[in-house]
Amino acid sequence: MIRVMIPAPLATLARTATEAMLDVPPPVTQRTVLDAIEARWPALRGTMRDQASGKRRALVRFYACGEDLSHEPPDAPLPEAVASGREPYIVLGAIAGG
Amino acid sequence: MSRVRVLVGTRKGAFILTSNERRKRWAVSGPHFPGWEIYHLKGSPADPDRLYASQSSNWFGQVMQRSDDGGKTWAPAGNAFAYDGVPGTHQWYDGTPHPWEFKRVWHVEPSLTDPDTVYAGVEDAALFRTTDGGKTWHELPGLRGHGSGPQWTPGAGGMGLHTILLSPAEPGRIVTAISAAGTFRSDDEGVTWRPINRGLKSQYIPDPEAEVGHCVHRVAMHPSRPSVLFMQKHWDVMRSDDGGESWREISGNLPTDFGFAIDVHAHDPETVYVVPIKSDAEHYPLDGKLRVYRSRTGGNDWEALSDGLPQRNCYVNVLREAMAVDALESCGIYFGTTGGQVYVSADSGDHWSAIARDLPAVLSVEVQTLP
Repeated sequence: MIRVMIPAPLATLARTATEAMLDVPPPVTQRTVLDAIEARWPALRGTMRDQASGKRRALVRFYACGEDLSHEPPDAPLPEAVASGREPYIVLGAIAGG
Repeated sequence: MSRVRVLVGTRKGAFILTSNERRKRWAVSGPHFPGWEIYHLKGSPADPDRLYASQSSNWFGQVMQRSDDGGKTWAPAGNAFAYDGVPGTHQWYDGTPHPWEFKRVWHVEPSLTDPDTVYAGVEDAALFRTTDGGKTWHELPGLRGHGSGPQWTPGAGGMGLHTILLSPAEPGRIVTAISAAGTFRSDDEGVTWRPINRGLKSQYIPDPEAEVGHCVHRVAMHPSRPSVLFMQKHWDVMRSDDGGESWREISGNLPTDFGFAIDVHAHDPETVYVVPIKSDAEHYPLDGKLRVYRSRTGGNDWEALSDGLPQRNCYVNVLREAMAVDALESCGIYFGTTGGQVYVSADSGDHWSAIARDLPAVLSVEVQTLP
């Protein structure tokens, strides 16, 4: 199981908590985790990445294990600590304004 | 007793204000979608409990919401807005080509007859339609593709399609307006389009009388008389008596003819309302006095309406979507401000009172008159 954290506005939109456990079949990558988030909460389609191109939205960032993964290839394996559920995969809105 | 339901979109959520036909006591519901920009929400004329809302965020993009119970509960609808074919380019602020990029939905316009059919005006400017209650949206490509699209430029707020006018008296006709491209008309339910801007003069474009490029802020129409259109342009208040084929200025004695909002009285198609704003640089009322101006003669002769509105130190704006009218016997006029006030006049503008004073900045106001 993968531990994911999403920002409060998206949790409200999806009517869920900001943290959840998701079953993500291997390989565990940013793409497969985001696919799993969108499959679990269809309302979040298009809110983290463009629906057509799959590109990350400009003011959304992806963190894990103290690292910014926003610019990493979407099909690169996530750290073992994320794949094993020990560390969360974090989706958050960029700091942009007061 | 009839009721009114006022749908208010703000920078940080939507609010629903309800009252009876006296329009004295109001119940305020909200914020719905707290923290999100609600550019516009509107109800279906065919099913008043069917509402659609445009919810957006610079962070998380566009979400569409639908309610089937008059706004008590909402569910996300489809939010995929893909331009038809290769999007191409429009002009950027400096005249260079710039790729078309979807940013948000500015305006939702439900069909007059089918609750599942809704038009959406978007930024970068295009017209979309759903016929399945919001599950899927498809562009009507004839508007962007009729030929002038590469010449369109964004206004200060973006290149948004903000006006969509439908009329039961002229089925098949759709009038849209885009900032800053101008006004466009289709007579075949949105398949083919042409610019209708003859008579507009805009000193801020190289050819002031160009076919397109005009910063039209809003167009209003009385539903019974689709041939008569009223326009608040960047500067100038304009009128057409031939469905937009030609326009003439009706600014008359207005103290300034800059502004954003314009609307028409529900029962008198010659009574028109605007909110004059000082200038394109100073987006607030003249002299700190918030005044609606009313013409009972279809333009040119305007009277200031100020009873109940702040007449000192008022420096708010009234945005293009933020004025509406109800259809009660004594027509109600409504508008919202960037200071978070929503005002109502239950007597066609003679007297005003605030329904709410401290909402987030108001982006849009729509009114439903319910049995």
